[in-house]
Amino acid sequence: MVSIIKKIEFKLISPQEAKKLAVMEVTKSDLYDNDGFPVEGGPMDPRLGVIDPGLKCRTCGLTMEGCLGHFGYIELVKPVIHVLYANYIYKLLKITCRKCSRIMTKKVTQPKKCPYCGEEQIPIKFEKPYTFIEGENILNPLQIRERFEKIPDEDLKDLKFLGGRPEWLILTLFLVPPVLVRPSITLETGERSEDDLTHKIVDILRINQRLKESIEIGAPDFIISDLWELLQYHVATFFDNSLVGIPTSRHRSGRPLKTLADRLRTKEGRFRHNLAGKRVNFAARTVISPDPFISIDEVGVPLVVAKDLTIPVYVTKNNIEFIKTLILNPSWPSANYIIRPDGRKKKITDENREEIAKEIAPGYIVHRHLQNGDIVLFNRQPSLHRVSMMAHRVRVTPWRTFTLNICTCPPYNADFDGDEMNLHVLQNEEARAEAALLMAVPKHIRSPRYGGPLIGAEHDHVSGLYSLTKDGTEVSRETALQLLFEIGVEVELPNKNKFTGKEIFSYLLPKDLNIEFKSKSGVKTVIKNGKLIEGVIDANAIGREKGKIIDILEKEYGTEEVHKFIDRVSKLGIKWLEKLGFTIGLDDFEIVSKENEEKINSIIENGKKEVEKLIEIYKKGELECLPGRTAKETVEVRIMQIVSGIINSVRKVIEDSGVFEKENCAIMIAKSGARGSLLHLIQIAGAVGQEQSLGERIHRGYTGRTLSHFKENDLSLDAHGFVGSSFKTGLKPYEFFFDAVSGRGSLMDKSLRTRHSGYLERRLMNALQDLKVEYDGTIRDNRKIIVQFNFGEDGIDPSKSNWGTIDIKSIVQKFVK
Amino acid sequence: MKGININKEILDHYLVPKHIILNEKEKNELLQKLNISEQQLPKISINDPIVKLIGAKEGDVIKIIRKSHTAGESIYYRLVVKI
Ligand SMILES: [Mg+2]
Ligand SMILES: [Zn+2]
Ligand SMILES: [Zn+2]
Repeated sequence: MVSIIKKIEFKLISPQEAKKLAVMEVTKSDLYDNDGFPVEGGPMDPRLGVIDPGLKCRTCGLTMEGCLGHFGYIELVKPVIHVLYANYIYKLLKITCRKCSRIMTKKVTQPKKCPYCGEEQIPIKFEKPYTFIEGENILNPLQIRERFEKIPDEDLKDLKFLGGRPEWLILTLFLVPPVLVRPSITLETGERSEDDLTHKIVDILRINQRLKESIEIGAPDFIISDLWELLQYHVATFFDNSLVGIPTSRHRSGRPLKTLADRLRTKEGRFRHNLAGKRVNFAARTVISPDPFISIDEVGVPLVVAKDLTIPVYVTKNNIEFIKTLILNPSWPSANYIIRPDGRKKKITDENREEIAKEIAPGYIVHRHLQNGDIVLFNRQPSLHRVSMMAHRVRVTPWRTFTLNICTCPPYNADFDGDEMNLHVLQNEEARAEAALLMAVPKHIRSPRYGGPLIGAEHDHVSGLYSLTKDGTEVSRETALQLLFEIGVEVELPNKNKFTGKEIFSYLLPKDLNIEFKSKSGVKTVIKNGKLIEGVIDANAIGREKGKIIDILEKEYGTEEVHKFIDRVSKLGIKWLEKLGFTIGLDDFEIVSKENEEKINSIIENGKKEVEKLIEIYKKGELECLPGRTAKETVEVRIMQIVSGIINSVRKVIEDSGVFEKENCAIMIAKSGARGSLLHLIQIAGAVGQEQSLGERIHRGYTGRTLSHFKENDLSLDAHGFVGSSFKTGLKPYEFFFDAVSGRGSLMDKSLRTRHSGYLERRLMNALQDLKVEYDGTIRDNRKIIVQFNFGEDGIDPSKSNWGTIDIKSIVQKFVK
Repeated sequence: MKGININKEILDHYLVPKHIILNEKEKNELLQKLNISEQQLPKISINDPIVKLIGAKEGDVIKIIRKSHTAGESIYYRLVVKI
């Protein structure tokens, strides 16, 4: 039976209502009798519902499937505070007159005197979780309840206290949840194991009984108040067992009991586990590895995965023959099961293949294996932005990992040091169409963050293209043919035997492309009518984030064209490097001659001497302070100036020697913008320079010195992290320590920062998740209240913009010639 | 808030954007253009210093012209509300 919920009301439950809700009073604390049957009147009374299959409920007569269970109740001998309302009770208590029970004020502070009866008020303190102290005396729940009972309804109405009477916040009746809420389990040994809630109910019943007996026999007050306190404790921990200020209730084994609040708010609770943590089928997860020869919008899927993940296909008269061949195929691509028109499932096995192939007809649904070209979603955590989940085309591989093109790594922030990614198979046509049109990788080449290309050529592709297109690279006709064939370009080559690298690259460009830009190394690069005339292709042309050609292709030729271009250019780079034998070794860093080495050494020595002179002046107290700085700060600033002077001179020596024009592999990598910079080369071959920690020279360590290699109060360069050696010659022991200091510093910094910004991002996303750009360009929330009148104030979608703007000038130039 | 004199010079401060009260006709045109009720507009308190200075009343819609990093100048509207 389907009923429609018209209204849900949240309010307090009165003891009378609670009693009405219950079907019985629970009085006995025993669960089962000696024969193993539930005790009548106990917490497992059969009237509270059935949990054993086959049995019928004693209250409603239904079986396990139909009976939702029934409440019982416990008449509490003395009332107790409902802990979860303790704060409200405190607030109300403070503003309720201790004599006439009128609400004295609507403010949160307790008045000194009652405006109605003039009674002097005594300050009330609240000790978490459920103790209220008036002056020196503890207010017991009975007293609080008496005060609340006398509050006039009109006063409560004035206060907007809705949904019941305040005295109901103090429990006189305890509702025992149905057994379905706390089912017991039978262990293999035949022993019964009860739910934690049942244990708690037994505790409450026992203490309640003892309290009753103690009162009846007229036990001394302190015994009664101890038992009352204990009853309060058990009722409180029944609701919440992680209250501050009272011990957590534990099993005999020492394990804390899981009571009501734990069922909701813990990580395994209803909210975070069941409601916020949805799980899906038709998904796979495994390690990722690179494959530069598949397209950027493809994903390599292991065969074993492809055989397990399925797509439902509706059998029609058009596809029935195709589906039959699938079903009859004993291995991939086949089908796993069928769903008959009546909804029944049937697994396809080697035995029933032919039978099922004969059976299927239009109206059946066949779950077929994942095949090449199927659209799937691919995702890597943390899914911080929309490009963390994109649509890919499947390519089934015989391996055991998902493979993806390295150009597609940046949006996911993926690498291959053990990263795992998730794959989701879309289950209907609508989802597949939507994914293919909106989520496909080529649609996300331009970043939604900064409006530039997010996907582009990476490391080897860039150095490969640089090497291929720089002046003087010539290849034979055979090589040219082979390269072009390998990257999938089919052209008639002109009848000649030598081809320049520029000519080969030009085959990747659209015939009407005209651009001019400055390359990474500062050379002018000219492309005219789709031909690279002058200059060189490097990171500024095809790289991620700054690639001019990628940018222009995406903007003016569309996603298909860039997609094709990135696929081909990355393959071309790699194939060319394979032919070339591109590698780096120690030889590549022999870029400083003996002569220059001496020059560098003398620069460093002179610098050190200069610093020593400075320190001498400082120690004499004759140093002139910089404005706003102490002498100590001044000397540091001055030393840092000298240090940057040293580094600059060292760089000049190396640059002036002309090595960077000679171009070996290492230099080519840096110059093309593939990886690293000239500074790194200088650190390797010249001198590492000043190590820093917290934005200063390194000062921390022992008292007065950084390491035991130095004397106390030594301010010299060596003692505070200046590394005069190069990585190639090797670091001195203390230099090595300094390098490790700054290395550890930046590692910590990075990990702390990402955690911090990750949480900030999460909070921001949760706050903004309902905001939506409406069709009229306004941003509204889920109540349709306007938040912004024009998206980003300029109405521009960054992922469809030119670095966040619209390049009107070039658009006009294109049409007005 | 009562008894505190607001310095008129804050209107000239570079961080204070221009606030203009819409007349009834302009207000209705705006609501019609956006196809919304006035409650769907962003709000501004009647106790806001600028609102007091320009003398807007509850229910007025204020047009705010501010400088924008992305658009140069952008226009925002707020409904004057109590509290
Ligand atoms: Mg990794
Ligand atoms: Zn029942
Ligand atoms: Zn009073």
